Amino acid sequence: MPVAASSGLVAGPASLDATGAARRSLSDVHLEVRDLWLQRGSRPVFEGLNCVFPRGQITVVAGASGGGKTTLLRILACLLRPNRGEVWVDGEVELTGLAAAAVREFRGRVGMLFQHGALLDAMTVYDNVALPLREHTRLGEAEIRARVETVFTAVGLEGIEALLPGELSGGMVKRAGLARALIGSPDILFCDEPFSGLDPPTVRRVEAVLADVNRRTGATLVITSHHVASTLRTAQHVVMLIDRGAVSGTPKDLLASQDSRVSGFFREPEVLAAIEAADG
Amino acid sequence: MQDSQGGWGRDLWVGLFVLVGLLSLAYLSFQVGGVQYRGPGGLSLVAVFDEVGSLKPRAQVVVGGVKVGQVEAIHLDRDFRARVFLELDGDLALPSDTSASILTAGVLGDQYIALEPGADERTLVSGDQIEYTQGAVILERLIGKLVQNLGAGPKK
Amino acid sequence: MVDVAMAVRRLGAETIETVRGLGEFGVFSWRLTDAGWRPPLRIGRLVSEVYDVGVLSLIIITVSGLAVGMVLGLQGHNTLVRFGAEESLGAVVGLSLVRELGPVLTALLVAGRAGSAMAAEIASMVVTEQLDGLRMMSVDPLDFVVSPKAFAMLLAMPLLAALFVTCGIFGGYFVGIVLLGGDGGNYLSALESAVNFEDDVAGGLLKAVVFGALVGLIATFRGFTAAPTSAGVSAAATSTVVVASVATLVFDYIITALWGV
Repeated sequence: MPVAASSGLVAGPASLDATGAARRSLSDVHLEVRDLWLQRGSRPVFEGLNCVFPRGQITVVAGASGGGKTTLLRILACLLRPNRGEVWVDGEVELTGLAAAAVREFRGRVGMLFQHGALLDAMTVYDNVALPLREHTRLGEAEIRARVETVFTAVGLEGIEALLPGELSGGMVKRAGLARALIGSPDILFCDEPFSGLDPPTVRRVEAVLADVNRRTGATLVITSHHVASTLRTAQHVVMLIDRGAVSGTPKDLLASQDSRVSGFFREPEVLAAIEAADG
Repeated sequence: MQDSQGGWGRDLWVGLFVLVGLLSLAYLSFQVGGVQYRGPGGLSLVAVFDEVGSLKPRAQVVVGGVKVGQVEAIHLDRDFRARVFLELDGDLALPSDTSASILTAGVLGDQYIALEPGADERTLVSGDQIEYTQGAVILERLIGKLVQNLGAGPKK
Repeated sequence: MVDVAMAVRRLGAETIETVRGLGEFGVFSWRLTDAGWRPPLRIGRLVSEVYDVGVLSLIIITVSGLAVGMVLGLQGHNTLVRFGAEESLGAVVGLSLVRELGPVLTALLVAGRAGSAMAAEIASMVVTEQLDGLRMMSVDPLDFVVSPKAFAMLLAMPLLAALFVTCGIFGGYFVGIVLLGGDGGNYLSALESAVNFEDDVAGGLLKAVVFGALVGLIATFRGFTAAPTSAGVSAAATSTVVVASVATLVFDYIITALWGV
């Protein structure tokens, strides 16, 4: 296996020549994955994967479909345990070995947007978004209503509170799921394929919401996406999953990469057109 | 946990369901199954028999054909006689010379206790023993006696 | 030779897998019960689930109860008439229903209708990541979603069984007395003297409660451990019906033998 991939580096621009150097040149690290190994049945998913997620930035986990993006996110969210390896939060807490109570504490600072929203389909959108507050706080209904309204405005959803999730469009479902993830004011926001299944205008809208959230709250965003154009537009840091390992850098670094697997990812005609449009 | 839709209607239906279910259960338990709500004021009596036959606990106790209680328990006492404990209605005023007999309902039916009130002025209170008892008739013994008598007859 | 060795090895593996599965079921049942009786008690959700299990099963239970009672009335009458004992019809119908047919048939019908629906619902929540969503909000899916469903089944089953029996008694009355001209007074008095609370009704009630627990636990377990695919959802539903039905019948024997019901 090429050294570059396993140590999580892009063999390219001189500013990234060692993991340590990479870390110093990025703002401080919020989440760090060290030497991750995972096997699904007989199929290896990760072999010695390393990557970091800088604090307060939008990191996109990119890669081909089936490459393990969602799996990595689930490991970060403690929904899945790897065979080997460690995930460090703030350099202090190691996630894979945590007991249930500590996992609960970690999740108190985390919000997650699932690919299809994962809203409870027997409850209205309002009840879904209010659920975390009703379960974990002793706030009165008036206070809860105020917070729900605030977060609805932040994601650009109005007037749909009394609807059931089944009655919403794809874009609305994503934004409702995002509202639910945001209502607890999380430090870390995980988003699984937030742009999938949406038409281009809605994709832009969701991008804008996510960027806005990152700007206003300073939360660390970890987004999985195979939507290359969005990746380039939104990401400040990219973790590309290749060959059961990862290659990291800024979008510019990856675009300029000499590694054929990385550059090949960006060579699709529509992607090139998107890049041109983004630059122009 | 608040659910903002369907709340009132659902609650009503569930309440009705539980009510209907409990009523069915009550019917089966009390009317059909014979559970009796006995207030604390029941009349408890004892009757000692030589022979109880197939009398069982929860067998009926009747006065003049009307059910007034049931058999609580049957134990063997030191003289190898059967002590039968009766639980009767609290407001029953039975004379102290009342007699108890074990009868059979129909020819092959269940056995029960029939009380015949006497004439005494004093009445029985809880804990009293019925003095006059008539044990059960065992059909086999009756037939055996009959066969014996028939056998002895022609010889005379 | 090789085939025999492989067959034995597979048998061993399957046995181990079955035992492991039973263990998983045991752990699941324990965690579910533990989550269920701790506060918050989620009465609102419990009521909602009792609606799904109980109220929506009312029609199938009453109609089936009536039908079974009517069949018992018909068959019972035809058989008893031969022995001149047709006034005991009430006893025959009542005892059969209270001791066996009420609890067992109710459990089988409910497992088919509400049990499979329950399993499918939970399984589809697994597929659509709704349960993971709850975990990420630090809400235990067992406590929030699964436990109220299982408890609802436990509560509803005895009530439904009582309803089944009552409808059956009426069905038997309808056939034996109204249609076939028997004596109504005899029917009811035979019924009331033959059926005893301690021996019969209590035993039937115990069975219904046990069956309710069985169906509730099996349905929720199958749903919770379903494979996260659409095939997994339907497999959860069908295996619930099969396993819950067989378990009901097996436990029926066990309770009858132990309790003397």
